[in-house]
Order: sequence, then C-alpha cells, then structure tokens
Amino acid sequence: MSPIAKLVSLVALIVTVAPSLLYFFGVLSLDAMKWIALAGTIAWFVSTPMWMGRKQTG
Amino acid sequence: MTDKTSDSGGEFEREPVSENALLGQSKFWGMYAGEHAAGTEFMIGPLFLSAGASLQDLLIGLLLGNILAVLTWRFLVAPIAIAKRMTLYYQLERITGGSLVKLYNFINGVLFCFLAGAMITVSASAVGIPFGIDYAVPEAMFGLGAPSFTGLVVLVGIVIAIVAAAGYSTVARFANIAAPWMIGIFAACGIVSMAQMGATDWSTISEGKWWTDAIDFVQSKDGEKSFPFWQIVVFAWLCNGAMHFGMADLSIFRFAKSRNAGWAPSIGMFLGHYMAWIAAALLLAAQIKLSQDHAANPGALAWGALGWTGILCVVIAGWTTANPTIYRAGLAFQAMIPKSSRTVMTLVAGAVATVAGAFPNLSAQLLGFVGTYGTVLGPMGAVIFVDFWLMKKFGLEDEYSTKTNQSISIPVLVAWLLPVSVGLYLIFWQGIFAAYAVVPCWIACGVIYLVLSKMTQTKVDAKGAES
Repeated sequence: MSPIAKLVSLVALIVTVAPSLLYFFGVLSLDAMKWIALAGTIAWFVSTPMWMGRKQTG
Repeated sequence: MTDKTSDSGGEFEREPVSENALLGQSKFWGMYAGEHAAGTEFMIGPLFLSAGASLQDLLIGLLLGNILAVLTWRFLVAPIAIAKRMTLYYQLERITGGSLVKLYNFINGVLFCFLAGAMITVSASAVGIPFGIDYAVPEAMFGLGAPSFTGLVVLVGIVIAIVAAAGYSTVARFANIAAPWMIGIFAACGIVSMAQMGATDWSTISEGKWWTDAIDFVQSKDGEKSFPFWQIVVFAWLCNGAMHFGMADLSIFRFAKSRNAGWAPSIGMFLGHYMAWIAAALLLAAQIKLSQDHAANPGALAWGALGWTGILCVVIAGWTTANPTIYRAGLAFQAMIPKSSRTVMTLVAGAVATVAGAFPNLSAQLLGFVGTYGTVLGPMGAVIFVDFWLMKKFGLEDEYSTKTNQSISIPVLVAWLLPVSVGLYLIFWQGIFAAYAVVPCWIACGVIYLVLSKMTQTKVDAKGAES
C-alpha cells in the first residue's frame, strides 16, 4: 500500500504545482489552473497520511 | 522531531541525550523545511514590498542574510549542542540558576503568544474570505478590525487553543504532511503572480517594472519608505536570532549525530525565507496590478492567485504554526507555576494569543517584532557561548550556579537585562530597526557576563562549596 500511496502523493504534488506553470506559459486559464490545483491538493491530503509519519510494520 | 525526542516530550530534559537516541540527518532537514515555510511567510513577504525594498536588493540581500543565518546555526549552535547534548533550558539552568530560567521562560512564553496571535490573524483573514468578512488594518496599533473579523479571530483562536491544549502530536503530524505541499503552493503563488503581472518573458522579468510600479503605488498611498540592502541582509540573518544566536535550537541539535546537521536549516532558509517570502511579496505586487489594492491581507492574496487551494494553504500554514507556538507558550507558563495544569496554562496562552490576534496592526508589525524577539532572547545565547568556550580559558568556573547551588546568577541577570534594556530603548524610543540590536546586545551580554564573573566568582572546591 505504502509505495502506491507514495506514488499517488508524488503525482498529486505535481498536479498541484504544475498547473501554475501551465498558466504561466498560457496553456491553462486561471480558473482551470485553480480547480486542477485543488484536485491535486485533495489527492495529496488523502494519499500522504497513508504513508508519512506512520510506523513501519513487519 | 518526534514526540519521543522533542523538547516537550519529557525525555533527556535533564540529562545529555544518549548515544542510541541520536537521529540521522534527514530528520533535521525535514523538520527545518516544515518549520520555516509557515504562516508567517504570508505576512512577511508582502511587508518587504510595502516597506519599499528594491527587487535586486531583495534577491541578493535575502540570499546573503540567509547564508549568514545558516552559518550561524552551523558554527555557533551545532558544536555546543553536539558537545553537551542538553536542552537550552537545562544548560541555562546550570549556568544561571533555576529562578532566572523561569523568568526567561515566562518572557519567551509571552513573546510566543504574540507570534501565535499574528498567526491567528493570518488564519482568520483566510477563513473570512468565503464569508465576505473584511480584514482591514486599522490606523491605531491597538485598534480592532471590523466586529465580524474580531469575532472570527476569537472563534479561530478558541479552536486553535483547544487543539493545542489537547496536545499537539496530531497537529505536528499534520504539519509534517502539509509541509511539502505548502512549499509547492508557495512556489505556485509566485509563478501565478508573475503571470498575472504579465511578467512571462525574460525581458519583462529582467526590466522589473512590474515590481517598481507596485512600490510606486504603495508609496503614493502610504508615503515614501525605504528598506535598503543591508537592512534586508540583517533582517534575513537575524529574524530567527532567538533560535541561532539565542541558542534555542540547542534543544534540537542535541540529537544530531554530527555537526553537519547544522547545515539543515539551509533548506528552511532557502525554501521558506527566500522562495516563500519572495513569492508572498509577488502576490501583493500582482494584487496591486490587478485591483489597485495594496492591503496585505494574506487570505485575499492567496485567494487571488490560487482560489480555494490558496485559502487552504493560508489556513493550514497559520494553524500549524500557531498551534505548537501556543503549546510551547503554555509549557513556559506552566514552568512558572509548577503546580498548574498544562491544559489550563495552554488555554491561558491561547487566550493571550487570541487577544493579540484581534489587533491586526500587531501582525502587520512582524518585521519589527521578530527583531525585538531576537534582541530580548538572543543574548542568553552569548551566556552559553561564553560559558562553554571562554570561562575555563579565563581561569573561571563554568556552570557556576550548579556548582554553587545558586538559584539566580547576578552576573547573568545583569549581563542579560542591561544590554536588552538599552536595545529596547533604542528600538522603541529611538526608532532603530529592531534586528540591528540583536548582535550588539549579544556581544555586550557575553562581555558583561565574562567581566562580572571575573569580578564575583570565588573558588569552588571539589564538593561544590565556595571557598
């Protein structure tokens, strides 16, 4: 579970930050950028608690 | 740090950290990354622009100041932390006596409350955006904002104080989880702001008109101000003066395996106090360009750039900073009254912080506040420095209070209060920039402590009695 959650977190972080770059280069509108960043944020806070700060078992 | 090893966790508080409790470097890098990309950055960044700092001075001045801060951690704090492996408070107690440490702790707690108050203001500014609650900084230092904003500050303060009183391990874990995301959000805020100002090609960026236009606008409204290069350098260097010059981070580095952990603050300095400050300043520049509004309202600034994600970031950044700060203030107050309950003292600290947070002008004074904080607490670091490096070289006893069972060391009391009084006089009555006072007070404190020790110390025999 942990490796998958880590991968999801990484993707979520990219989805949060990358839209700002796409907006900067004129690829995305401001509104689209904001909604995609929010989706990335939600994904980050769902996936990251599954692995960060948890004691390893086994 | 984990709860097990933290300053508040109850382990190794009155003994050196044992070999098997030492931590690897990654813990320190992670902790400093989270601690210095916090809610305060949303307030401090725009203040540079409001104060009239040029972009070039900001970019180079912050770079130099942050390098000096990292070097101070590495070469001033880490060697003593590794050699003694004790908390700041226990080291101070051995040098100054228990009563003086309690006084230091109390002052530390009060200053923590004001810092937490600024964070409550920041969080409330963001929570109020969806409800249309206006955040405005009144003219008077102790003027309240709109009644609805004051009510919101009280609500946010109550929630933060209750969570802190319940213990902050959950918040600490949440802060760790949020830290990488927050750093990403700060970067995104800067990138979006640049695009909103049309600074998307190299020639426009390098021309810098988007920055000078923003400064001209602020100065046309608020009058001419300047924030020169060396003032930026000194601020960046000493805004955490209590942590490095003041040696508060001895309590952290005592767990380090090697002195090289002292380089870890560099991640916090260059992500939090460089990238995040500049990004937060860009938010204000973009807001001025888009709406001719120069109010440094953290919630509105983040909303303009990133919408709900920005609001979440301001709320979380403010909350995760305010919570441990109130918790630590509660511990400091509890140390003053040993029989008191930690929960009650944390709620008292939360109440003081909430009252401070209700005055928006206090949080607008953060540039001065952090300098004052370093001026008041920083000099105690000089006492530790002199005691560790110089006392034996001058034929004097180190940790004199422990060896003589004193509860208060008069040389330390005088060496601390005298320069700090002069420093506070210069800051509040002569108007010098607060961070300028940190290093002179630190040096004066160390010299006075050494001279007074030379004048007052008597020989201590092997059993610890004075002769």
